[in-house]
Amino acid sequence: MHLVLFFIFGGLCVAGALNLLFQRHPINSALSLIVVMSCLAVLYLLLGAEFLAAAQVIVYSGAIMVLFTFVIMLLNAGREQRTHGSKAAYLVGIPGAVALVALLVYIFLSNRGPLGDAVLGNYLVTTSDLSRVLFRDLLLPFEVTSILILVAILGAVALARKEH
Amino acid sequence: MEVNIWIFLLVNVLKVIVVTVLLLVCVAYTVLLERKVVGRIQNRWGPSRVGPFGLLQPLVDGAKLFLKEDLMPTSVYRPLFIVAPIIALACALLSISMIPFGADVRYKGIDLFQISDVNIGLLILLAITGVGVYGIALSGWASNNKYSLLGALRASAQVVSYELALGLSLVGVVLRSQSLRLRDIVNLQATHGLLSWNFFGGFQFVAFFIYIMAAFAETNRAPFDLPEAESELTAGYHTEYSSMKFAMFFMAEYANMITVGCVATLLFFGGWSSPFGHLFPTFGPVAEALLSIFWFVVKVFFFLFLYIWVRGTLPRFRYDQLMVFGWRVLLPLAILNIVVTSLWLAYRSA
Amino acid sequence: MVPIYYYLILSAILFSIGVGAFLIKRNIISIFMSIELMLNAVNLSFVAFAHHWHQVNGQIFVFFVMVVAAAEAAVGLAIIIAIFRSRATLNVDSVDLMKL
Repeated sequence: MHLVLFFIFGGLCVAGALNLLFQRHPINSALSLIVVMSCLAVLYLLLGAEFLAAAQVIVYSGAIMVLFTFVIMLLNAGREQRTHGSKAAYLVGIPGAVALVALLVYIFLSNRGPLGDAVLGNYLVTTSDLSRVLFRDLLLPFEVTSILILVAILGAVALARKEH
Repeated sequence: MEVNIWIFLLVNVLKVIVVTVLLLVCVAYTVLLERKVVGRIQNRWGPSRVGPFGLLQPLVDGAKLFLKEDLMPTSVYRPLFIVAPIIALACALLSISMIPFGADVRYKGIDLFQISDVNIGLLILLAITGVGVYGIALSGWASNNKYSLLGALRASAQVVSYELALGLSLVGVVLRSQSLRLRDIVNLQATHGLLSWNFFGGFQFVAFFIYIMAAFAETNRAPFDLPEAESELTAGYHTEYSSMKFAMFFMAEYANMITVGCVATLLFFGGWSSPFGHLFPTFGPVAEALLSIFWFVVKVFFFLFLYIWVRGTLPRFRYDQLMVFGWRVLLPLAILNIVVTSLWLAYRSA
Repeated sequence: MVPIYYYLILSAILFSIGVGAFLIKRNIISIFMSIELMLNAVNLSFVAFAHHWHQVNGQIFVFFVMVVAAAEAAVGLAIIIAIFRSRATLNVDSVDLMKL
């Protein structure tokens, strides 16, 4: 059951990522990325991270990708064109990505003994466990990230404002 | 779980079918309720000819929408044009699966009055609301029409802005009940009847008003209904839609209203618990279950009436007033509510 | 019963598709989205390892990665809007000189 769900949603993730790669118009890439993120949320649920699954959908699919979709609709730049730069990029990009995935898969396969199995229900992190660590042991990084978000808001407003 | 997988599947499929059918019937009759109530507010009858008191009007309306010609302009971006109302309706119907309608009655260990009981039910409701934005945004984009695009961008900006206030207003409730599970939140409010509801005994009235205002904005209902107002932007993001796709947007809006009503009763008004608490004796488990559903329905009906009452009474917000209200009034108030609630709870437990 | 290395291999595949998209695509926004894809792939391997070692810290790190990705997306998209205002194009091959 776990295996079936993993293959369905893992397959959807890879299909969405490949669709992001091969689509010309950025709005189609954005929609396939939303599919990838939602399927990743299901995979987090299978790994026992329930709060992260909800946070993934709320933050990534429901906020960051809405921002991307907004900007794409607002700027309305249209489909990609083929330029000389893109042909050179194909020569470097595809072998580079293939080499990277081959290296990583080789490393993971050669170390698969010590890593065990992921069993459903083996390790479930409730929201209270997560918040206990986040707000006691890791309080300082939490406050630093809130300042980071404040700085990002100020930066985004300052950059995107119309000049008079 | 020791239950047989086939019984589990059968009971769950039955639950889903019953709840979906009931929800769609409720959506249809909510439309009738709105037309009657708004009509009475405006000193006229509302639909009253089709059946006794106009009760067959939704059936006739449904037939009309179904039989209308489904126009699709040639320059629309077809895949998204068709998918956008489906996303809107799917998200509106999905939210109902987290909501418990009545007391915890189980058949062979399967909860009968809630479709799925997850530990993070409240977060999943917020997540589904967040994903529902795409129905609006993509419909405006796919229509290939400047007015639709502007209406869609405005509507999405409105929904995203008020999502923050919505989420933050619920934190006070979660702080009090120490759990994100909807049944736990209601069980905490079931102890002393009216006084232990989160609105009264939990002192979450500020949070309740923030929630109601943010929910009005989220569901694009008056007084925040600028995106779909008929006199502005030529009907906004659903200008190019007709017949069944328009009906899907329409149903999605009313289903969202019902979901908001359900969530407000669960979180602030004690869900299915009676306001009299344990004063009256119960007549057995069947009567108790039916009574719990009765109280839940009465409270949700009250919220629907409130929605329609506000629609008939208040004028519409202008877009900049709307944005200022969401960011500069509701958001600081929601944060203040969280601070005060957590200070009070820390004081009480210290 | 899924072996943990299945999740890691899925994460590796997503990451390298993200790298490939980053190098191949010519639209600035698509490049940005491939960065988000790479961050998500890394999040998946963090959660897989958190499950394996029974540590919550893996999931907390995912939380921080999400926050940083959100901040970065906001600022990056603001920069993209500013670039579009001055150059009127979103093709990276056309914005390769400081001079307009």
